[in-house]
Amino acid sequence: MTTSVTVTVNGSERRLAVDPRRTLLDLLREDLRLTGTKKGCDHGQCGACTVLVNGRRVLSCLSLAVMAEGADVTTIEGVGTPDALHPLQAAFIRHDAMQCGYCTSGQIMSALEVLADPEVTTREQIAEAMSGNLCRCGAYAGIVAAILDVKAHAPV
Amino acid sequence: MRPFDLIRPESLDEALKALALPGARAVAGGTNLVDLMKLSVEAPAALVDIRRLPLHEISLGADTVVMGALVANSAAAADPAIVLQAPAISEALLSGASGQIRNAATLGGNLLQRTRCGYFRAADWACGKREPGSGCAAATGINAGHAVLGTSPHCMAVHPSDLAVALLALDATVHLRSRDGARRIPLGDFYRLPADTPHIETALASGELVTAIEVPLTAPAKTSRYLKLRGRASYEFATASVAAAVLVEHGVVAEVAIALGGVGTVPWRDRAAEAQLVGRPLSAPSIEAFCDALLAGAVTTPANAYKLPLLRGAIHRALERSATS
Repeated sequence: MTTSVTVTVNGSERRLAVDPRRTLLDLLREDLRLTGTKKGCDHGQCGACTVLVNGRRVLSCLSLAVMAEGADVTTIEGVGTPDALHPLQAAFIRHDAMQCGYCTSGQIMSALEVLADPEVTTREQIAEAMSGNLCRCGAYAGIVAAILDVKAHAPV
Repeated sequence: MRPFDLIRPESLDEALKALALPGARAVAGGTNLVDLMKLSVEAPAALVDIRRLPLHEISLGADTVVMGALVANSAAAADPAIVLQAPAISEALLSGASGQIRNAATLGGNLLQRTRCGYFRAADWACGKREPGSGCAAATGINAGHAVLGTSPHCMAVHPSDLAVALLALDATVHLRSRDGARRIPLGDFYRLPADTPHIETALASGELVTAIEVPLTAPAKTSRYLKLRGRASYEFATASVAAAVLVEHGVVAEVAIALGGVGTVPWRDRAAEAQLVGRPLSAPSIEAFCDALLAGAVTTPANAYKLPLLRGAIHRALERSATS
């Protein structure tokens, strides 16, 4: 049995028939082949699947696709392009803010909200605001530095 | 995940009708229920997506604030009235989960979230909460994180909510609706001790929906603080937490409320113990005497006995913070 769902993903409206059990994460990766959003733990513990829904960061692994009906979803594929990186993507490269890179798209999607929050300014506040995104390689110092850099030099 | 019928009501009446169906469960943020459905710990026959219901408002009255059940945790935490007049609520919300989860999770869902006891979440262990009458693997298993208050031989799982602890200290009331009408329950009467029915966690009846949470905005509420101690600095459930609101007048305690998290099978509060503090100076000996009364009924295991001294320290600190707020 399937249910119809209409979502706008990175600016394009998509209408799909999905099993109600499908998560938003699986809809993005399996149905739309947007594999930039990663499946880490699949239980809301790692942050690798972070996307923006209606402009707010959420975990796509804990969202059912049918509950994204009518929503505006942004994934890493909708942030910058290889030729015109988002300032945050450029800063991640500059600060060596990754090793294996598996958590990186989730880190960036999560950090977009942190960048836009004027209350978060210090290293400690950024670490707290980013605590939902784990990096098993331990690139945290670079991740925080990249976010601080963009906050200081290229306000988004 | 087991198959389910999806129902997307547009009105409260439609939602209440759907929730009266056998095996129906309301879903909003999904941050706890969807996770448990993936584990097959929860298997609702019907999922009622209640997010279109008009329960998204925070209404500030003269002496109360009413928060709709669908208000996101992050929205409530940032609400100016909450921050100024009931800061423990904001602090508790911000101490819980992560930015992503706080954006999706709702206040009503937070109150109804299930324990993170590992034996509850894994179907191959005995758990009377998941499967009534099957026993408690935690009693003889890994229980360093488990409850020391309100336990029974059938369950020692900790209630995981931070928000509920703050709300309990602030004398919040839960608004409920069903097809039979509306009722209000003090949060202190909402949660049920496990006893020999650990699968029954709240007073919520079948077909009933949490619609709002009402918090009286009192003088002590303004001084309320939430202190959370845990194994890592962020994105972790409480090992022990304290919501404290105290009003000291003429050198003695005039009003006090202290609720505990991370240590009870339900959010914990002992009004008789609190009464001992009233009229006394807020000093180390009076706080210790309060702790003695509060923890007299605690039952520990070798692995979780450390929670008692941890809790005493947390109570001292939380009261000190509230008294100087």
